Amino acid sequence: MEHIRMPKVENVRLLDRLSSRKAALGTLYLTATHVIFVENVSETRKETWVLHSQISSIEKQATTATGCPLLIRCKNFQVIQLVIPQERDCHDVYISLIRLTRPDKEEREQGWKLVDLNEEYNRMGIPNNYWQISDVNRDYGVCDSYPTEVYVPKSATAHIIVGSSKFRSRRRFPALSYYCKDNNASICRSSQPLSGFSARCLEDEQMLQAIRKANPGSDFIYVVDTRPKLNAMANRAAGKGYENEDNYSNIKFQFIGIENIHVMRNSLQKMLEVCELKSPSMSDFLWGLENSGWLKHIKAIMDAGIFIAKAVAEEGVSVLVHCSDGWDRTAQVCSVASLLLDPYYRTMKGFMVLIEKDWVSFGHKFNHRYGNLDGDPKEISPVIDQFIECVWQLMEQFPCAFEFNERFLIHIQHHIYSCQFGNFLCNSQKERRELKIQERTYSLWAHLWKNRADYLNPLYRSDHSQTQGTLHPQMAPCNFLYKFWSGMYNRFEKGLHPRQSITDYLMAVKEETQQLEEELEVLGERLANLQKSQLNGNKVKSKQQDRNKQPGLSTSSNSLANTPQEYSNDLKSFPSRSPSQGDEDDSALILTQDNLKSSDPDLSANSDQESGVEDLSCRSPSGGGCLPSEDSGKDSDEAVYLAV
Amino acid sequence: MKVGDAEDNSNGQELSLSRGVQRSGGHYCALFAPRDPCLHPEVPTCTRRSVPATQPEQPRGSCRQQVPVAGKLHRGSAATGTTMEFSELIKTATVESVLLSCAGLPAVKGTLCITSHHLLLSSCPGGDAQPGTVELWLLIRNVDAVEKRLAGSSGTITLRCKDLKVLQLEIPGMEECLNIASSIEALSSVDSVMMMYPFFYRPQSLRLEEGWHLFPLERHFQQIASQTSQWRLSHVNQDFTTCPTYPPSVIVPAAVDDDTLRKAARFRHGGRFPILSYYHPKNGTVMLRSSQPLTGPNRKRCREDEMLLGTVLDKGERGFIIDTRSAQAAKQARMTGGGTEPKSSYPQWRRLHRPLERGRPLQESFMKLVEACNDTSATMDRWLSRLESCRWLSHVKAALSTACLAAQCMDREEATVLVHGAEGTDTTLLVTALAQVILDPSCRTLRGFLGLLEREWIEAGHPFHLRCARSASSHARPKQEAPLFLLFLDCVWQLSRQFPFSLEFSERLLLTLFDNAYASAYGTFLCNNEKERCLCKVKENTHSLWAWLNQPEERTKYLNPLYSHNPLVIWPSVEPQSIQLWQGLFFRWIRSSQHLDEAWAEIQRLVESKDPHAKEGVGKRLSRSLSDPAAQTENER
Repeated sequence: MEHIRMPKVENVRLLDRLSSRKAALGTLYLTATHVIFVENVSETRKETWVLHSQISSIEKQATTATGCPLLIRCKNFQVIQLVIPQERDCHDVYISLIRLTRPDKEEREQGWKLVDLNEEYNRMGIPNNYWQISDVNRDYGVCDSYPTEVYVPKSATAHIIVGSSKFRSRRRFPALSYYCKDNNASICRSSQPLSGFSARCLEDEQMLQAIRKANPGSDFIYVVDTRPKLNAMANRAAGKGYENEDNYSNIKFQFIGIENIHVMRNSLQKMLEVCELKSPSMSDFLWGLENSGWLKHIKAIMDAGIFIAKAVAEEGVSVLVHCSDGWDRTAQVCSVASLLLDPYYRTMKGFMVLIEKDWVSFGHKFNHRYGNLDGDPKEISPVIDQFIECVWQLMEQFPCAFEFNERFLIHIQHHIYSCQFGNFLCNSQKERRELKIQERTYSLWAHLWKNRADYLNPLYRSDHSQTQGTLHPQMAPCNFLYKFWSGMYNRFEKGLHPRQSITDYLMAVKEETQQLEEELEVLGERLANLQKSQLNGNKVKSKQQDRNKQPGLSTSSNSLANTPQEYSNDLKSFPSRSPSQGDEDDSALILTQDNLKSSDPDLSANSDQESGVEDLSCRSPSGGGCLPSEDSGKDSDEAVYLAV
Repeated sequence: MKVGDAEDNSNGQELSLSRGVQRSGGHYCALFAPRDPCLHPEVPTCTRRSVPATQPEQPRGSCRQQVPVAGKLHRGSAATGTTMEFSELIKTATVESVLLSCAGLPAVKGTLCITSHHLLLSSCPGGDAQPGTVELWLLIRNVDAVEKRLAGSSGTITLRCKDLKVLQLEIPGMEECLNIASSIEALSSVDSVMMMYPFFYRPQSLRLEEGWHLFPLERHFQQIASQTSQWRLSHVNQDFTTCPTYPPSVIVPAAVDDDTLRKAARFRHGGRFPILSYYHPKNGTVMLRSSQPLTGPNRKRCREDEMLLGTVLDKGERGFIIDTRSAQAAKQARMTGGGTEPKSSYPQWRRLHRPLERGRPLQESFMKLVEACNDTSATMDRWLSRLESCRWLSHVKAALSTACLAAQCMDREEATVLVHGAEGTDTTLLVTALAQVILDPSCRTLRGFLGLLEREWIEAGHPFHLRCARSASSHARPKQEAPLFLLFLDCVWQLSRQFPFSLEFSERLLLTLFDNAYASAYGTFLCNNEKERCLCKVKENTHSLWAWLNQPEERTKYLNPLYSHNPLVIWPSVEPQSIQLWQGLFFRWIRSSQHLDEAWAEIQRLVESKDPHAKEGVGKRLSRSLSDPAAQTENER
C-alpha cells in the first residue's frame, strides 16, 4: 500500500481519557484495513483494532514534551488518543491514515483515468508515419503552458520545434490538435508569430512546412488567424503579428474575426442586463440582444469552426489555427471544428475528451478566465461558456446528433465555475502537476459519467444518419439559426421555459420500453422453459395415453393456449407512466432532475420540480392595477399578462 | 368560351401530361412529384416539410366531369355578377423548355402549362410519358406576386406564393414570358368566389356534403345546456337580417328575448350584439363577444343592450370588458359613430384596454417579416434589428397576453368577460379563440380545435376572403388584407412549444390551415361570413377541408405523438425570452428542415415503441413464440 508511509511505530502511548496515569505503552501498526495498537505488557499484549472505515476524523495536536498527540475519533464514538514520541512519525501516521480512511481513493484514481489523452491520439490513428509524440516539452522546458506530451510532424526535429517556439508568443509552437485519418488532414494550433513588421524565423517556416508535408494529399495549408485583422495588425507594432504569406511557402492565410476576451466579457454583461430587465417588451429584448452582440460573437466562432471543418473534411487541407496566445479563441475554434468533424466528440465520453484535449491540456487559463482565485478582473471572460453555447446551438440544429442533452452542458458549465472538481483548477498542466491536483481532487468526468443516465439525449441513436460523419450546419442564410439560450442564461427563472420537457418524457418512455423489452425477454424465457417441461410432460402423457387409449390430451394444450392472455395482462399491469403534466406524483417518477438535487445541491434551485401548469395555477392571480384590488395577493408572475 | 371549354382546351393540348398527372396524383403534397423517386433521387420530396399545399389530389380529368355543374352554378350566380371566361385570361397555355428553380432544390426543365386554376410543369427527360417526369402542380390562387425580368430573348418570372414559397421560371421567348406572366396575374386575381377552384375540385375519396356539419352549434349548446339553464339558442338571425356577419343561430342569455336582441343589435357595429363565446365548465363563468357599441359623439345609450349585458351578471357581480383597442382609440371611435361602454351606463362592467394591432399595420408587419426572412444578405446584427422592427413577435406577445388576461379573468377571478374591438371580427376573435385553447382542454384535441375554428373564426364571421386575399409578397394595392388568422396560428404554435404534450395536433396542422386559408382546393375558408357562404352555396358545391383532414390516413399525419390529455389550464409564459419566431412557417421554404424532421420522426418512433399498439405487438410476439412450440406438440402427437 503506497499510502502507508509508516507501517509500525514503537513506544506509542495510548492515553486513557479519564486518568492520564493509565496510559498504556505499546506499538502502533498500520495495515491496509486496520489501525492496530498492541500493548507492551507481555502477559496480556492487549490489542486494540480500529477499522479504517470506522474512523471519522484524525486530529494532530500540538507537540508536547512527551511527544506528539494524535486524536482518532471513530464513528462508533470511540475516541483514541495516542502520543507518538517523534513528531515526524506522528505526521506520517497522520497522513497515511487520512488517505487510508478515505474509502474511495481508488474510485478517485479511476475517475482520473476515465479520460486518457494518449488513448485519444491513438484513436485518431497517431502516432503514424506522419505524426509522432515529442518529448521536447517533457519538463515544460520549451513551453510551460503546453502539456508534456505534444504531437508534432515526424519531420519536425527538436531543433525545429525549439526554434519555432522562440518565434511564437509564450513559446506556444504549432502542435497537433486533431488528425483526420481518412485524408491525413490535420488541425494544428499555436500562438501568434513574433513577426513584427519583418521578422522571420527559418525554424518556424520549416515547422509549417513539416505540417504541410504530413498531409501528402495537399500542397498547401491554411493558416487561420481567428482575430479581427485590425487587432492582428496592431500586434505587429508590439513585435507580434501574423504570418507573411511571402515568407512561408504554400500557406493560405485567412483572418476570421472573433473579438478578444474583453469584448466578449462586455458583450455577456450587456446580454445579462437584458435578461434582468423587468417586464421588457419584445422590442426591448430584441434590441438589447442585438446591442449586446452576443449572438454575433457566437456566430463568428461557429463560422470559424465551420471553415476549418470544411477545409479538413472537404478540401483535405491541414489548418494551423492561432489567435494571440492561442489559448482562448484557438481553443474555441479547434474544439468546434473537431466537434463538427468527428462524431466521437458528440458522444458523452468524446465530449469530455475534447474538453480535456483542447482546453485543459493546452493550457486554457481556467483560474484566470473564470475568476477561481482573487485575480485581475480583466482576465475574466466567458470563453468556454461561448464554446458550450456553440454546442447547444448545434444541438438545436441537429437534435439527433449528440449523445448528451442540454443538462449535460449546463452542468459542465456549472462546474467550470464551482471548483468542486479538480479538472478546471489552475492555468496549465504544469500548475496542476505541481499542486498534485489529481491526488487531491476528484474528476468531474467520473461524476458525470456515474450519472450519465441523466444526461442522455433520448433522440440519439448511434446508427442514426446525424451521428455519422461530419456535421454540415447551414451556412447562408443562417443568422436566424442562432437563438438566445434561455435554458442557460435564464435557467433559474423556471417560468420562462417550456412547461413540459420533451427530453425527460422521452427518457421515461425509453426506459419504460426497455423495461417492457426486458420483461418480455424474461417472460419469453419462462415460456420456453414452461414449454420444455410441458413438452416433456406431453411426451410422457402421450405415451401413457397411447397405452391407455384414452383421449383427453386437450387439457394441457388448452392451458398453453390460455397463457398469452395472462402474460399480456401482466404486461398491461406493468406500471405505465404518463408524461408529467402537473401531476406531482407522476412527475416525481419521471423527472430525473430529482437525482440532480442529490448530486449537485447547488443546482437545486434549477432542478425544482416544474410541473408547469399546476404550479402556476396555484398562484394567486390578480394583478397590477388592472384587476379589482379585492385580491390583495398581487403576484408578479401572472401580472405579466397585464403589462402588455 | 365558357369555363368548361377552357378546361377542355387546356386539356387537349397536354393529354400526354395528364397521364403523368394522374399517376402522380398521390403526391399532392410535394412541390415536385417525381414519378419515380429512384430515377430522380435529386428531387427530394422530403427536404421540404411536406405539408399539403393547395395542390389537389385529383387529376384534372375529373374536374372536367364536373364542369357542367360549375357552369350551371356560374350562370346562376347573379349575386356575384360578373361572367368571365378563363380562356380569355390565358394568353399562352403551354411553353416548352421552361426552367423551374426553387431555393434548395435542383432546377428542372420541362413543359409549362397553364390551366384555369393550375400552373403545371412537367419534365420528360426521356420523352413523353417516360418515367422520371417531375411535375410542379401549383394552384394559381396561391400566387401572391408575379415578378418578371426580361433579358434578351428570354425572361424570368418569379412567383411569390401565398404560402411564402418562391419559384422561378426561366422562359425562352420574350412574348411567351410576358404572356405567361400576365396570364398568371390575371388568373390569380380573379376575385369572384364562385370562379375559384373549390367549386371545380372533386376528389374521388370524398363526398360533397361530408364535413360541413361536423360541428353543429346545437350540439355545442347542448353541452352548455346540460350544465346551466341560463343560456338559450336563438334563431333571431335566421335570415341574416339582424346581423349579416353572424351565423343563423347564436347562444344568448335565456332571459333575453329575440326582440331585445334585435334592438341591441342596432346599437352594435355591424349588428354584432353580445353573444356567448365560451362557457367555462370549471366554474361556470362565461366569455361573450360583440362589436363596439354605437355610442357616437352624443353618447347614445341603448336600454336593450344594457339589459342584455346586465342579465349576464348577478347582483353585485362584476364583469370585465376587454377592449382590444387603446382607451384613446376607443374614445376616438365615438367621432365615427362607434365608441365603448361608459361606466355610468354599464355600472357592473369594468373596462380593460389592451390594444392589439390589426389591419394595415399588422399586414405590413407580416410583409416586413417575410421580406427579412427572405433576405439572405443580412448579418446577425441586422437580422435581430429587422426582426425587432417588423414587430411581428410583439404582436404575438400582445395577442397571447390579452388572451391570457381574458382567461385569467374567467379562471382565476371567476368573472364574466366581454371581448370586443371595433368590428368584432378580427382581434376580438383572436382573443376569444386563443383564450379557449388556453382554458379548455377539449379545444386542444384535433377535433375540438377544428370545431373551435369553425365556431370562433368561420361562423363568427372573420372575413377570410378579404383578409387573406393577398399574402406577404403582393405588390397589389392593399385593401383589407391582414394576417389575423396567421397570428392566431402563430400563438397556438407558441402554446404548442411551451406545452409540447398538451395539444393533440402538430405543427403540420397549423401549416396546413395557414396554406388553406390563403389558397385552397376546399371551400372551408371561402367568403367572409355565413351569409355569403349561403349565397354562394359553398356548402353544397365545394368540399370541406375538415372532411379531407378527417380521413383516417390524413388525420394521423396531423397528430402530435407526444399528446396526452391535460385537464388543466395551460398558462403560457409571455416573456420575450419565451416567444420565438415560428421557423417552421417563416423559414419553411428557406432552410432545410431535414434534421428537425428526422428528430420528429425519431420522437414518433420512440413513442410508438411504447404506446398501446406496440404493447399489443409485444403480446403478438409473445403469442407467436407461443404458437410455434405449440405446433411442435402437435407434431409430437
